[in-house]
Amino acid sequence: MSDVVSAKRVIPDRLGSRTSRLLASWEVLLFGVAVLIFVFNSFASPYFLNAWNLSDATFNFTEKAMIAFAMALLVIAGEIDLSVAAIIALASTAMGAAAQAGIGTPGLVAIGIGTGLVCGAFNGLLVAGLRLPSIVVTIGTMSLFRGISYIVLGDQAYGKYPASFAYFGQGYVAWVFSFEFVLFIVLAAAFGILLHATNFGRQVYVIGNNEFAARFSGIPVERVKFILFLLTGLMAGVASVCLTSRLGSTRPSIAQGWELEVVTMVVLGGVSILGGAGTIAGVVIAAFVMGLVTFGLGLLNVPGIVMSIFVGLLLIITIAIPIIARRIKEMS
Amino acid sequence: MNRLLKNREILLTIIIALMIAGFSTRAPGFAEPGNLANIFNDTSILIILALGQMTVILTKSIDLSVAANLAFTGMAVAMTNAAYPDLPLALLIVMAIGIGAFLGAINGYLVWALRIPPIVVTLGTLTIYRGMAFVLSGGGWVNAHQMGPTFLNIPRMPVLGLPILSWIAILIVLGAWFVLNRLPFGRAAYASGGNPTAAIYAGIDIGWTKFLAFVVSGALAGLSGYLWVSRYAVAYVDIAAGFELDTVAACVIGGISIAGGIGSVAGAVLGALFLGVIKNALPVIGISPFAQMAISGIVIVLAVVFNARAERKAGRIILRDRGAREVSA
Repeated sequence: MSDVVSAKRVIPDRLGSRTSRLLASWEVLLFGVAVLIFVFNSFASPYFLNAWNLSDATFNFTEKAMIAFAMALLVIAGEIDLSVAAIIALASTAMGAAAQAGIGTPGLVAIGIGTGLVCGAFNGLLVAGLRLPSIVVTIGTMSLFRGISYIVLGDQAYGKYPASFAYFGQGYVAWVFSFEFVLFIVLAAAFGILLHATNFGRQVYVIGNNEFAARFSGIPVERVKFILFLLTGLMAGVASVCLTSRLGSTRPSIAQGWELEVVTMVVLGGVSILGGAGTIAGVVIAAFVMGLVTFGLGLLNVPGIVMSIFVGLLLIITIAIPIIARRIKEMS
Repeated sequence: MNRLLKNREILLTIIIALMIAGFSTRAPGFAEPGNLANIFNDTSILIILALGQMTVILTKSIDLSVAANLAFTGMAVAMTNAAYPDLPLALLIVMAIGIGAFLGAINGYLVWALRIPPIVVTLGTLTIYRGMAFVLSGGGWVNAHQMGPTFLNIPRMPVLGLPILSWIAILIVLGAWFVLNRLPFGRAAYASGGNPTAAIYAGIDIGWTKFLAFVVSGALAGLSGYLWVSRYAVAYVDIAAGFELDTVAACVIGGISIAGGIGSVAGAVLGALFLGVIKNALPVIGISPFAQMAISGIVIVLAVVFNARAERKAGRIILRDRGAREVSA
């Protein structure tokens, strides 16, 4: 692994021209893949090119992508949060309990997002405050958060949500554009600005590339990491509101396994799992790629678990291809 | 350092003993040898998997695909047994270990040759292997009446008071101790996780060592596949879903550093037993089994806090910090 780290720090004497760099970038490659899948799908199924079908397909990835934006920042900073799906479950359980007690829609949203923030703060405290490795901490909190849902709900389910609560997961802002999809676009823009156009974003990159240098340049490493975990918790809370509203019910097994899909989305989007590199644009395109793949396969009647094979292969192949390409280039 | 590690194992033993004593005041008979043997037997598969996971973690990697590997191998073996009841059990076990080792080798190869971070590789193969279990079975189940009597009964057969399943676990514990402490591979695993740079200068092939660690973990997962299917007398796609986290938890509780290079076989076994005792005690003392997940979550978090303190005391904070970053990243 030390080789990987040192290879990352090599700076070429001359950079290629702007266009050639852009064309060779991960995002453009991924965009090409997305277009290919789109074209393939529209040939494979006559139901694919339909505005409403495509709109339905966006629900496959919008909620996961919201979390993936925050997760991308976290991964760029060299940390990871595997507890996001469990946070969704806990926030959904909290909202369900509140709805049962007769709390209205605004209160439910506040409770869902608040639960996410509290969980994120807890992770942040353990990782940034006590300086523990995030991968094991969040494996632990993942059990803990979902475990609390199981204690509360057992094999029961909450199902009585107020009618107005359904808007977040089922409402449409205009024509085929769902509330979730619009929120996804807004959040993509917000995270893009946060990562690429603010001081905070630069600090995230610096921490991911060289935490020691970051410390010596006076970047409050712990504070930045804490904020990132808080953000991830917040986004998990938002995703929980959308998902709960869309499903209209809560079980403790809600969003099971999503942490893997979110991480896949982030890595597929070109974010280096070693930290220090990646863009929000990449994550957005990756979200579309994953959404299109699952939707296209769904139209072809491929069962969900078989789709997960494709997602897993996609993850490994997209990471392996650039490595193999570089290897071949070095040989010649 | 050595004394500290020893403390950890003694400490865990004391905690487990205290827990057993505490539970037996609430539920008489909990501490009886028969029940303790039951708990051990119940934890056997977790112990076997935790030892494989430990080998991988020692080399600064992680294997999240063990449970999916177990599900696929278990399904393959069960279906073979259902289709060809005449095949000898030994052949099926060899097949289980072989398939498991092959799936582990795929992980290992991707980590070794392509240098893809282990967490990414095994996240990917985790979904692929479980998906393959579905493709293989078409979503169907293999039930007890389809499996042969030998296939089902061998792990349960008592020998010298313990079922064979327990004896297999004991053999593997001894084997793991021997391999990790007495064979070049074991020492290479510790070295390549503890200090990769020094390991390279010492002539250790880190990539190859990681590859072997994944093969070992895969082979043990494959063996566990057979044991699981036979013990629970059913095979379906979702068996042992999420079990990979239990194996990581057992390692973390047992004091195996997620940053690599630190940990002992006794620690991993005690970590697994710790989880096993809790799991078996909850229904006995009248706590809903639904609480088990939250409790193991709390235990993992506490264990991580405790580990970090112990490692920090050893005065290796700079190395640890970097290592932790590389693994977690």
